[in-house]
Amino acid sequence: MLARVSTFAIDGFATRRIAVEVDLRSGLPAFTIVGLGDAAVRESRERVHAALLNSGFAFPQRRITVNLAPAHLRKVGPGFDLATACGLLAASQQIPLAELERWAVCGELSLGGDVRRCRGVLAVAEGTRRARIAGLIVPRGCAREAALVDGLVVAGVSSLREVAAILRGEAPPDLPPAAQVAPHACSPAEQPDLADVRGHAHAIRALTIAAAGAHNILLSGPPGTGKTMLARRLPSILPPLSRAEAIAVTRIHSIAGRLTGAALVEQRPLRAPHHTISPSGLVGGGTLPAPGEASLAHHGVLFLDELSEFSRSALEALRQPLEDGTVAIVRGQRTVTFPTRFQLVASTNPCPCGHAGSTRCRCSEGDVARHRRKLSGPLLDRMDLLVDLQRPTAEQMDAPAVTTSAEVRDAVRAARERQAVRLAGTGQTTNAAMTPRLLRDVVRAEAGAHAALHDAYRMGTLSARGHQRILRVARTIADLGARECVCAKDVAEAIALRQDDVLDGAGAA
Amino acid sequence: MTACDRCLRRTALVASLAPHIERARRDHRHIAELLALCDDDLLAGLAGARRRELARRHDAFDPAAARERMAGAGLHGVCRHDSAYPQRLARTADAPAVLHVAGDQGQLAALGGDDAPAVAVVGARRAGQDGIEVARGLGRGLAAAGVTVVSGMALGIDSAAHAGALEVGGPTLTVLAGGADVPYPPSKRGLYRAIVQAGAAVSEMPPGFRPFRWCFPARNRTIAGLASLTIVVEATERSGSLITAELAQDLGRAVGAVPGPVTAPRAAGSNALLRDGALVVRHAQDALDEVLGIGVATALSGRRANELQEPLRVLLRRVEDGCDTVSELAATPAQAQSALAGLAELELLGYLRRGPGGRYVRRL
Repeated sequence: MLARVSTFAIDGFATRRIAVEVDLRSGLPAFTIVGLGDAAVRESRERVHAALLNSGFAFPQRRITVNLAPAHLRKVGPGFDLATACGLLAASQQIPLAELERWAVCGELSLGGDVRRCRGVLAVAEGTRRARIAGLIVPRGCAREAALVDGLVVAGVSSLREVAAILRGEAPPDLPPAAQVAPHACSPAEQPDLADVRGHAHAIRALTIAAAGAHNILLSGPPGTGKTMLARRLPSILPPLSRAEAIAVTRIHSIAGRLTGAALVEQRPLRAPHHTISPSGLVGGGTLPAPGEASLAHHGVLFLDELSEFSRSALEALRQPLEDGTVAIVRGQRTVTFPTRFQLVASTNPCPCGHAGSTRCRCSEGDVARHRRKLSGPLLDRMDLLVDLQRPTAEQMDAPAVTTSAEVRDAVRAARERQAVRLAGTGQTTNAAMTPRLLRDVVRAEAGAHAALHDAYRMGTLSARGHQRILRVARTIADLGARECVCAKDVAEAIALRQDDVLDGAGAA
Repeated sequence: MTACDRCLRRTALVASLAPHIERARRDHRHIAELLALCDDDLLAGLAGARRRELARRHDAFDPAAARERMAGAGLHGVCRHDSAYPQRLARTADAPAVLHVAGDQGQLAALGGDDAPAVAVVGARRAGQDGIEVARGLGRGLAAAGVTVVSGMALGIDSAAHAGALEVGGPTLTVLAGGADVPYPPSKRGLYRAIVQAGAAVSEMPPGFRPFRWCFPARNRTIAGLASLTIVVEATERSGSLITAELAQDLGRAVGAVPGPVTAPRAAGSNALLRDGALVVRHAQDALDEVLGIGVATALSGRRANELQEPLRVLLRRVEDGCDTVSELAATPAQAQSALAGLAELELLGYLRRGPGGRYVRRL
């Protein structure tokens, strides 16, 4: 007697349809699983055996062969338990086979027959829909996540008996309410808010510009001045995730097994890996490629604290993700692609001791040059903004907060809308993503603005790329001020926030 | 512009004795004494086999090969018997036999008489922001008045003085401790190129020579010898710049110093010079009055605040009063917006410069 159950395996960022074939034949009782499963799949035998008996079903005393097809694909994890159990029940005619073929099944089993949560359910649901299977049986805890996919019947179950009841038609499938994402419904209460910040008015201004134009930003300042605190507040002023973005973020976090509680990730993620992270930890990797921090920060913020402490190879690895918004990981004959469209925030000390510019600084010019060399390279090239932070003064510490996230968020949203309108049809949506050609074609500037840029360029070592960075930032500043044309003041402000160190020959000499 | 055979042979001898001098040296005065010795006396200081070997090489010296090496490195040689050799330097007892020149030879030749003044600006490698700014201002003001700025291209003050002179395209001369074709320190490669283009880099050592420690005080004696006035900008109590000042004093040349805060160790050496009677130099005008005569040349002065319109003038005043960062200047994001734009405008107009740590420094 043969039964066939549909389920899905996570293959990097995509899903592959897997057919779990269960064959019962006469012979000495035996239970074999074939099809390139890992240890968790092989151990699945014990769980399925116990779960069946403990749920009050009969375990067929026959020769049992389970095949996970296609056979060449490696299968990982306990997510095939439920499908195997269902196949066994159908093959031994304890549940109707015809009904089972209308469903895809995924979930892990406990020995007692309970169904447990598993990773990547959103991706599985999307796969189910693409495969035109009518329904999906998932662990109850993951049902809301699966229900994010439209046009799919999702049954959340908590035990094997429930699955059997649904398939026998004895109980209606437990349909979860579709998770709703109301626009702008992010819950600011849980997020750190700019209202907690004292002083740092110019840093908040710079963060606002960064948020409005999706610019990468470098925070530089002595230890303990609030670089980390400011960086952690960037997500709170970014525009809320659109539904498509939220689903993309949820999918990645689900595949990484980092989804807790809520069905849909509604807040922009902030990832702050420690500086000891390896290149594959940062961009993804492993023998069976898993998403790295850069992907977990997709549509959110990747915060690299103490940039100069990160290993050179890790920072180099970020180059492609920053450039393309995706990262391709090649393992053997397979290539896995993860999305990595994040906003980069980095912090650094201005010099080894951190007190550059003040009389407390004990670093020589050489020390500072060495420190800067460690920072330089591909990453610094992608930083549009630099903010120098200082310790707030005593008066600033006592003063009330300069602004709140909600206030800033409205300005940011308006600026983003202006950009989207201007860039419509170009394939880009933010100023930071403008190519040099787009900059030339789309950005209009007053004569005074051109003159200021020209002056800055003439004065020294502003590179051609630095020139473009300033124009991009100036465009965002004009968007925040609702101006069609970039004016001289916008350019001046962008110059004050430039990352290129010097306007003057000597510093580079 | 040429170097005679004898002087070239002398240069080769000093270069081959360099490791021995390194071992024998006691202090900078001793170095000067050693370098004032004639060839035979220098050789006499060595013992036995080593002396014979060096003496043999000294006798077999081939000036044509030395000239070829010099030309290969793109350098020109000028010896103390040539009329193009700077006269002020030639008058000193231990003047280098040959100056190897990278860049504009005319510049060096112009340093001839007393009507072609040159001022040395030297100071600490670990200098403060204001020290750097003062050195740069001195370089700019002196060069704009046609006075050659002489220094040693070290990190900090020296480089800033050169850079200031280069800003106005004025004459500047760097004296290197190693070969004149090797930028030292290497991180100042860019500055070296600019100096060679607009002025000249000189050294008494043959091309490609890697400097020993004693070469630096030896180089300082050349700086002091070339300049009619030596200004120390920032120096700790044990700074090499004080050696230059002392050597200049020994030569009977004028010595000046820029006053610094009495509480700052990095200005202790320069302040001590002032205590001992050095000329007080506050800006380029003070130096010009000393070397050219009072009121002969007017230094190009820094831009004045009252040329500015209202909001920028107020902003500049606040920076001058010590609010030198945006975070001190702005309490709200709106204020930050105008402060950022204002600071950048002042920077573009040449009033301010953004230094490390986002601190703005008033340009002189």
